[in-house]
Amino acid sequence: MWYYEKKLQYPVRVSQCNPMLAKFLIEQYGGADGELAAALRYLNQRYTIPDKVAGLLNDIGTEEFAHLEMIATMVYKLTKDATPEQMKEAGLGAHYADHDKALFFHNAAGAPFTATYFQAKGDPIADIYEDIAAEEKARATYQWLINMSDDPDINDGLKFLREREVVHSMRFREAAEILKEERDKKTYY
Amino acid sequence: MFTQFKYWEPYISPFDPCPPMRIKSYSTPPQLYIPFQPKGLPQFKPMEALYRGTLWPALFSPYPDPKKRGDQDE
Ligand SMILES: [Fe+2]
Repeated sequence: MWYYEKKLQYPVRVSQCNPMLAKFLIEQYGGADGELAAALRYLNQRYTIPDKVAGLLNDIGTEEFAHLEMIATMVYKLTKDATPEQMKEAGLGAHYADHDKALFFHNAAGAPFTATYFQAKGDPIADIYEDIAAEEKARATYQWLINMSDDPDINDGLKFLREREVVHSMRFREAAEILKEERDKKTYY
Repeated sequence: MFTQFKYWEPYISPFDPCPPMRIKSYSTPPQLYIPFQPKGLPQFKPMEALYRGTLWPALFSPYPDPKKRGDQDE
């Protein structure tokens, strides 16, 4: 189970009225390498991975939900006061037609979220290597988002999120080393 | 030298519905332990290389576990 702290992991500030940015940020909400896919991937792998690395998946999977909240807050702030006309101009007309201002799990191109974005292979090495790749892809997404945004406050939050992907990748690489270790040379026959 | 299979003992609950598999195993094939393949590694004879799928014994990964110890708890 989880305890909930009613605050964000890192403060989210938005300084410019730029709803179009929300259209791009939604990639990290419901996209293939987004925070939802990350959280579900790691929390689901916990059950069958060797116990030495299960705790890591639990911790990082939980943190991904904290990141999801930050992205959701950014998207919400950028769109909540937009008129239908502004939504249309921002390229969010199709979104508005289906969802009004509600957030929805889809990528920047509008493709809905799907469980096929991630795997649970059951092979510990394959699963951890997927996790490392997922972190690098999320880091890249944050880079492209920062490149497109000129809102310094949004970029501050995105830079924090990008850095967390770097740290997560490091931890998963350590997990791979732990899985490769010869434990106390005790072999079972 | 590294081993190509690792074994671990998952938690067994007193309330598990099925008889427990006490030991689980997973594959750790050789490419995990070779950062960059060095030149001049020993090679299989051509016919054996064709059969095994690699020219180099260092890259050969047996499967299933030759110790016949998968998830079966016998
Ligand atoms: Fe992450």
